[in-house]
Amino acid sequence: MQTDVLVIGSGGAGMYAALAAAREGARVLLVDRSLIGRGGATVMAQMTVAVAVGEEEPDHWEHHLADTLKAGRGLCDPALSQLLCEDGPECIRQMDAWGVGWAQSNGHLAQVHAPGHDRKRCVYVDFLNTGPAVSKTLRARVQRTPEIRRVGDLLVTELAIEDSRCTGAHTVHLPTGEAVPIAAKATIVATGGLTRLYARNSGSLNMGGDGYALALQAGAQLVDMEFVQFFPIGHLAPRLVGMDPIMWDPFRYKLGGRLLNSGMHEFLPEEGRYTSARDLATYAILKEVEAGRGSPHGGAWLSFRHCSEAELRAAFGPVIDRLAANGIDLTRQAIEVAPIAHYHMGGVRVDADMRTGVPHLFAAGEAVGGANGANRLSGNAITEALTFGRRAGQRAAALAKATAMPVVKAQGFNGSRPDLNPAAEIAALQAVMNRDVGPLRSAAGLERALRHVDAPSFELPAPGPGLDPEWIDLHDLSSMRLVARCVARAALARTESRGAHQREDFPQTSDAWQKHQSVSREG
Amino acid sequence: MKASLNIRRSAPERWERYEVPFEPGQTVLDGLRWIRVHHDPGLAIRFSCINANACKECMIQVDGKTVYACTTRLAEREMRLEPLPNKALVKDLVTEIAAPDERL
Repeated sequence: MQTDVLVIGSGGAGMYAALAAAREGARVLLVDRSLIGRGGATVMAQMTVAVAVGEEEPDHWEHHLADTLKAGRGLCDPALSQLLCEDGPECIRQMDAWGVGWAQSNGHLAQVHAPGHDRKRCVYVDFLNTGPAVSKTLRARVQRTPEIRRVGDLLVTELAIEDSRCTGAHTVHLPTGEAVPIAAKATIVATGGLTRLYARNSGSLNMGGDGYALALQAGAQLVDMEFVQFFPIGHLAPRLVGMDPIMWDPFRYKLGGRLLNSGMHEFLPEEGRYTSARDLATYAILKEVEAGRGSPHGGAWLSFRHCSEAELRAAFGPVIDRLAANGIDLTRQAIEVAPIAHYHMGGVRVDADMRTGVPHLFAAGEAVGGANGANRLSGNAITEALTFGRRAGQRAAALAKATAMPVVKAQGFNGSRPDLNPAAEIAALQAVMNRDVGPLRSAAGLERALRHVDAPSFELPAPGPGLDPEWIDLHDLSSMRLVARCVARAALARTESRGAHQREDFPQTSDAWQKHQSVSREG
Repeated sequence: MKASLNIRRSAPERWERYEVPFEPGQTVLDGLRWIRVHHDPGLAIRFSCINANACKECMIQVDGKTVYACTTRLAEREMRLEPLPNKALVKDLVTEIAAPDERL
């Protein structure tokens, strides 16, 4: 296959990039290892999208930028943070014009005050429907754009490189196992983050850090890999089905709620308001558990018992029925919550035009590192996806105009099947990462994790014929181990605590460490 | 507690039964993932969002009814799992559910 612009990944960043590139006149191929617009993180977003549209109270993108830089604990790449904050309003209004259905209040966009923001800045779609609405809106636009060809079930195994320039990608069509080379004048990695490395995570199955492995192997740099954000109040117990584990975030925006230890005491200075930044709340919950004051399943209690049935219904309508179907009545019982891997601040190093260090290779969305430093503000992820997607799409299309179509030849696989169950190995890796490379880290734990993920690497065998789930897991295992090594090594090297990276053996933040670590391929 | 999942497999066509341990509240998708980790990583299932009912990819038939595997609870009995009958079969419980213009 051939295209002007190849977009890998069809979450918010990928779809917005495809639309922006098509608008500039490029022919676009949008591929995803899963179905188009259904996987990734965007579809799972529950509520907030931070943007200085100033509808609820006066605002300016510079205020949003100040809050983003502050939350990033000194490590934001200011040019990337500025792009997010400055272009955010235009993208959010574009989504509004496309009919996403942002919640309204008194004839204007409703905005809520999220932790770490200095004012009411976050738009949303009711009820807990922000992600599905954003995905659906972009999906509909992409479907109506004839310049965009969409192909699902296509797994990119390697970026094609010719004379150190990206010329497209090598892919496998998963239902048949057939190798499909793609020649592209410009390529955008929009594969999202790495939450799948952790046993407890709030992402989709396809968030295994694919894009990091692809970009690294193609010669690009990765930056800030040690900074994995844990969402502090991910659902823990009782078991909930059909609901996203980060659903308590919107509940706290609207209703406050009390975060309590086993003695039913609030251990953060919140007094029933939702004010603590994510890194601080995560740390506080884990410290309560460590001191023996956790909830029965090893987290904290979250209580909305101060709310009446009528208040709950007014705020969350049908969601209250879904909770009832799970046997949960918030007027009577507190639920248990605990930190859950949620987002990755690190990623592919790019400039403000989304260019990686590899010519003709761009990145967008969560796959990019740097905009959020050591800790991401609530609501910045969707804004980042849209603004970075747009910029990457525009720049890739412009570059494609001045580029001749490259040639990419099919590539085979030479490995033989290793004697292991890759599904079991992935589960083992996720358990190790959760235990030793989670929110609280130490040299001993990180070294233990590295011994695990440094397992001998294997060369991928040929897949199929036909759908070959074991081969897909082999691919993912290999790629996840590589990315896990990058995270654990960077975490071991950073001998301080900052934002989402907390070292028990180095609890202080050090001025000497106000700097980035990057990873590149050897040789 | 144990559920018995009787799964219609393909190539070759057959039924395979697995005993799956579970705790109350766990789902059919939890059971299928347990089988892949403990017995057969070759078992083909399609899912993305794991548990959030967001991606709508894990649609299969359980006891003859079309359901999402991620929201159907495991039960202490035999459950019969089959691919969707009205879609082209890819492998085991995976059927071709992508829009025709989004396939290769």
